[in-house]
Amino acid sequence: MGVFDPLLELLRGLGTTFKMALDKPVTYQYPEEKRPVRPRFRGRHVLKRYENGLEKCIGCSLCAAACPADAIFVEASENTDEKRFSPGERYASTYEINMLRCIYCGFCEDACPTEAIVLGDNYELSFYDRRSAIYTKEMLLEPVPSVEMTTPRKVEPGVFTRSVPEMKDPQD
Amino acid sequence: MGVEQKLGNMGIVTAKLEDAVNWARTNAMWPMLFGLACCAIEMMAAQASHYDMSRFGMELMRASPRQSDLMIVAGRLSRKMAPVLRRLYDQMPEPKWVIAMGDCASCGGVFNNYALVQGVDEIVPVDVFVAGCPPRPEALIHGIITLYEKVKGEKFVAPT
Repeated sequence: MGVFDPLLELLRGLGTTFKMALDKPVTYQYPEEKRPVRPRFRGRHVLKRYENGLEKCIGCSLCAAACPADAIFVEASENTDEKRFSPGERYASTYEINMLRCIYCGFCEDACPTEAIVLGDNYELSFYDRRSAIYTKEMLLEPVPSVEMTTPRKVEPGVFTRSVPEMKDPQD
Repeated sequence: MGVEQKLGNMGIVTAKLEDAVNWARTNAMWPMLFGLACCAIEMMAAQASHYDMSRFGMELMRASPRQSDLMIVAGRLSRKMAPVLRRLYDQMPEPKWVIAMGDCASCGGVFNNYALVQGVDEIVPVDVFVAGCPPRPEALIHGIITLYEKVKGEKFVAPT
């Protein structure tokens, strides 16, 4: 063992340090630069609409039944052709999700017969009080595709009688 | 009668002392380790190099309550742990803030049972609730930025 061996070891160690110092930083500058989420990431919920602007949610409360945390509250009301929100008999007049109770498991997504509720990719949910964590239907519903497609609206009678859309290929 | 009345508007010189102090507080806020469950893993990830909380003045997590300004309650709090949480909160020097990170700390989450505290705001005053189960590291950082917005608006004297 030579006299300079400890020095060489020291230089070798420092070499690694300098190599790392010249590397590209791995830090995401979060509020400015956001890391894209994975395709199957489950974030804040979105209530979807059909292409004609009607709401997909029919107020069946299956999501509330499937929810393990009891975070969802649904209240249904009757649709009429004068004031139509969704196809079929009923629509959700109240739809509330407590974002602090929800565990983002996606069971509501699985339970929904019309694929109305979908977990989106927004994860920026911080609140000053628990009251503001309750998201109402207006906050969850996605915007209408165009101005004349708002709900409720007047439709021709006898067109939207089926609440759950027909399956394209029932054998699947 | 203040300095700004004597000097007029001179920008940074007459910036309110309040603003200066709040700015200082938001740029050196040391959080206390309070990892109780799986949220602690995300809290560690937020401290690590990909998200790097030291960009927000949180250079290091303190294990002692006497050296910390912010308590991040990460995880579900059992009834047995609750007095300890309160005691550690009492030992923190003023001013002090609390973030309830995750569903369990905020309101019990899925664990609606006798063993867990249904929200740490039963025990300590909570400033910011962060939703998620567990929240992503970005979500925690978003909660911290939300807290900073609150701290920047704090007043020394309560408005009458």
